[in-house]
Amino acid sequence: MGSSIETLVNREYQYGFVTEIEADTIAPGLNEDVIRLISSKKNEPEWLLDWRLKAFRRWQTMTEPHWPNVKYNPINYQAARYYSAPKSVKPLQSLDEVDPELLATYKKLGISLTEQKLLAGVAVDAIFDSVSVGTTMKDELAKHGVVFCSFTEAVHNYPELIQKYLGSVVPYSDNFFAALNSAVFSDGSFCYVPKGVRCPIELSTYFRINAAETGQFERTLIVADEGAYVSYLEGCTAPKRSTNQLHAAVVELVALDNAQIKYSTVQNWYAGDKDGVGGIYNFVTKRGKAHTNSKISWTQVETGSAITWKYPSVILQGDNSTGEFYSVALVNNKQQADTGTKMIHIGKNTKSTIISKGISAGEGQNSYRGRVQMLPKATGSRNYTQCDSMLIGNKCGAHTFPYIEIANDSSTTEHEASTSKIGEDQIFYCKARGLNAEHAISLIVSGFCREVFKELPMEFALEAQQLLGISLEGSVG
Amino acid sequence: MLSISALHANAGDKPILKGISLTVNPGEVHAIMGPNGSGKSTLAQVIAGHPGYEVTGGSITYMNQDLLELDPEERAQQGVFLAFQYPVEIPGVTNAYFLRSAYNEIRKAKGEEEVDPMEFLDLMEKKLKLVDMDPAMLHRSVNAGFSGGEKKRNEILQMAVLEPKLAILDETDSGLDIDALRIVADGVNALKRPDNATIVVTHYQRLLNYIVPDFVHVLAGGKIVKSGGKELALELEQRGYEWVMDAA
Amino acid sequence: MGDGRGVSMQTSMQTYTDAFAAASASGGSAPAWLTGLRRRAHDEFVATGFPTTRNEDWHFTSVTPIAERTFKTPKVGTGAASVTDALALAAGESGWPRAVFVNGRFDSALSALGALGKDIRVATLPDALTEGPDWVANHLGSLAAFDKQAFTAFNTAFVNDGLVVRVPKNVKAPAPLHIIHVADASAAGCVIHPRLLVVVDANAELAIVESFVSTGSAEYLTNAVAEVRIGEGARVHHYKVQRESAEAFHVGTLQAHQSRGSLFHSFSYATGAALSRTNIYTKLAGEGAEARLNGLYLVDGTQHVDHQTFVEHIAPNCSSRELYKGILDGASHGVFNGKVFVDPEAQKTDGKQTNHALLLSPQARVDTKPQLEIFADDVKCTHGATVGRLDAIALFYMKSRGIGADAARALLTYAFAAEVLETVEIDSLKDALEAIAFQRFTNQVQR
Repeated sequence: MGSSIETLVNREYQYGFVTEIEADTIAPGLNEDVIRLISSKKNEPEWLLDWRLKAFRRWQTMTEPHWPNVKYNPINYQAARYYSAPKSVKPLQSLDEVDPELLATYKKLGISLTEQKLLAGVAVDAIFDSVSVGTTMKDELAKHGVVFCSFTEAVHNYPELIQKYLGSVVPYSDNFFAALNSAVFSDGSFCYVPKGVRCPIELSTYFRINAAETGQFERTLIVADEGAYVSYLEGCTAPKRSTNQLHAAVVELVALDNAQIKYSTVQNWYAGDKDGVGGIYNFVTKRGKAHTNSKISWTQVETGSAITWKYPSVILQGDNSTGEFYSVALVNNKQQADTGTKMIHIGKNTKSTIISKGISAGEGQNSYRGRVQMLPKATGSRNYTQCDSMLIGNKCGAHTFPYIEIANDSSTTEHEASTSKIGEDQIFYCKARGLNAEHAISLIVSGFCREVFKELPMEFALEAQQLLGISLEGSVG
Repeated sequence: MLSISALHANAGDKPILKGISLTVNPGEVHAIMGPNGSGKSTLAQVIAGHPGYEVTGGSITYMNQDLLELDPEERAQQGVFLAFQYPVEIPGVTNAYFLRSAYNEIRKAKGEEEVDPMEFLDLMEKKLKLVDMDPAMLHRSVNAGFSGGEKKRNEILQMAVLEPKLAILDETDSGLDIDALRIVADGVNALKRPDNATIVVTHYQRLLNYIVPDFVHVLAGGKIVKSGGKELALELEQRGYEWVMDAA
Repeated sequence: MGDGRGVSMQTSMQTYTDAFAAASASGGSAPAWLTGLRRRAHDEFVATGFPTTRNEDWHFTSVTPIAERTFKTPKVGTGAASVTDALALAAGESGWPRAVFVNGRFDSALSALGALGKDIRVATLPDALTEGPDWVANHLGSLAAFDKQAFTAFNTAFVNDGLVVRVPKNVKAPAPLHIIHVADASAAGCVIHPRLLVVVDANAELAIVESFVSTGSAEYLTNAVAEVRIGEGARVHHYKVQRESAEAFHVGTLQAHQSRGSLFHSFSYATGAALSRTNIYTKLAGEGAEARLNGLYLVDGTQHVDHQTFVEHIAPNCSSRELYKGILDGASHGVFNGKVFVDPEAQKTDGKQTNHALLLSPQARVDTKPQLEIFADDVKCTHGATVGRLDAIALFYMKSRGIGADAARALLTYAFAAEVLETVEIDSLKDALEAIAFQRFTNQVQR
């Protein structure tokens, strides 16, 4: 960057506060007794405990993956706490019973849980550390037969659905972090949209890590029955702490025949400070299974976390199914991201689109990693992939690792990638029209990301755009 | 309004401008002509503050302040406008959004209220007519996929919206057919006021049939080698640049 | 990878170690630097072992068939190749200076190096060792690193015969140097380790055509290593023509090192072998260097062909251009793995990589992994990859103009290949490669 661009001051991470609340936290460490304790705290049925234990035993035989292009100090899994819940959370009759301290926390985060001030047209499940503190608009959803509740509630109220679909897309043995999550997951969101129902409002889960030294391990399971439609949003923040915290979530999507699921994420976990101290390790497994004629669409805007490791994927199981992945990943300071997608084409005439925009600033390292696989029977299938990287500053890196595996001749794949510096001529052009450097860069970057932003629901798109501007501050100087 | 005195500028280590002096008063139109490589475009870029050039000597005073002390965006906010010879493409950013951002920055600098998107669209409607531009262009990405003529018209549209005090047109005529040229020139003429000034940088006399200059300066080898009235442009057209260069 | 491989691999490793010990004991004349190099390479080879598909660089190519066999060292003096047979397959001109190796051994009767002119020094490795010029000792093994590279280590451990070439400052070779590796029927069951060292000094120019051909249908392993050092402003063209026997295994690594303002142009043409892997690596170490890496492969049946390229941009203002195309028929399997690495120092890098694969049959498979690793900001790098079959509309268009289906397919396939064949700058070679390609599209299979 030319010297003409003034040093911009880093704005503080505005969600970095800590809520003082009495919590029910278990001692650090991980063994079968801890898993039994978590399960008993949640009053779980035997089958779920068995599943957790199987996952745990499997996890013990696995090793942490080191193929991602990220570097970090070894994680001591015995030093983390695997359960922390605000003491005040009990089965609630209504949201009015939610601890005012928690309501205040969410208000500060811009999420209103009180029924009077609901976000228009959005139902929210708020997850605070390990547990759900409340789900809004349940009545409205119930009218349409849509189930949207915490995972814990779902285990008790819809055991047959959970038993049928839990682990059906991401088995507990899938990978190291998925196995860990399966063993210790504490809560999460569950959504079921019945046959032919178009969910009338956006569903949203807001994840908040609060307690120190606590890992967050939530699970999300969304099932769209035949012909159903649902749009789901996910937001994440955490306090600023000087130690790293682990977030190992699992998201499973099931789109049955003719169903459609749109899953959007704006991930803004605490990224650590400019020297790379603290921040969330975001090691997440997200995958959807698309049945005949169905469509699963992932959109993600990843600006937070010290390390991001996630590959929202689609198994295109059914004929004519569609998978989409739209991603913006931004790293600044010492952040590292290794993210991308897998599109596994199994059914005939399946289609996938991948649009990935990576922005690297400061000393950030950003990797796109993707796999497009067309199996022999996935005849007549198509994939289009475009991954572009933009570099801002001379200490960052952008890396692209696509795997394209084609095993039939009637499918077509097209992959394009580019990496380039943010255009100095573009910055000058903006400045010559009166925009300052910061404004110019955020404008150019948001233009660069436009194809992804337009996939986000309106309110989210604005938030994402602002977030991008904030995350980039201090990236030039 | 603008006073350039003994201006020297380099691109890298290479001197391009070697002592330019020029005074522009409100209401005037100056044409800067010259052969390729004479430094015409460099002069335009230096006035706008392009970071690729280093001013090694001399001064530029604009509205009683040292222009060279200002960042490019500050110059723009104070009414300096450069219509680029090669307008830059910014994929993904709509023309409307870009222009409104620029318009609001300039208003903010003047201590005026920002306008919202609806008000801005009303304003645009009039301006679009001035350059005979399809409103659909507003919703396309800035210059991306525009033809050469569209890009140049887009520059004049920006000029119409931002209403500069000092407009510099850098080879705005290059690559335009006669109809586009007339549209661009009509736009420029319509924006002319007693309190603003225009510098037209061009290689050919053709544009000056439409935008009539008060003064013509011939730039060669990084210096102004001859100045005169509008008739100088015609003479150049007939006798070529060698004539002035030999005379100088 | 079952236990079977484990046991047979141990057996083969033991055999190679024994062979190494025997060779070390008998070949007493080698200089100390070379015996040291061989020893280190041998130890590395034993420690690393053949790669498995868990190794990221070999993810799509299993070398189990190589690992589970035990290849012998070819017997000296069994070659019976006729020069005409070899030349016909090798796609070169008879007037070119040529070095012919039969089953890994230099054949002076078949070779003719005079046309290269007196300025250019060329010698077999044993001759070069006898004369003992410093540059051979300094450069052999200096570019082709064998750390964790089993095949390069394997070659280096057994390095014996080979060719060394030095083009002095400002000298331009009058004609392409043709290096022909012939494997005949007596190569069956053997491993051949061709070795090439090329040092091209400042502002010199050399074109090399390196052909790997077979006059029989034997099963053998060619494990070639080439090192090419390119001085300031020098230009090197390397054409590799791989037409091994249908049963053969071929692994070949070329490592180039480019100084300021140099050009390295590589073209890899692969139609042979049951399983082949070609590595083309170049390091752009001096400012303003340019690399052009192109390739074309044509496979069918159950052939497996793998290309790996690695362009390492270390210095600023360098450019790299890469175009690889593959045409796959039958149940063949093609792999392309191209990596462009840009060091933090390599500002103003301009890199472009393209690879396209054309599938002619439902059973053919392609795995592609184009990678960019970029640590400098002021760069422009792109890659593009496509996999698909012939354009149905173009086929229809041609048929509607009266061209038969087979002819239309052959023509379109040929057109697909033509773009990359255009990068061959030696006309007679281009014609020869075109002819080989055309024969394949019209089902006159001849590798």
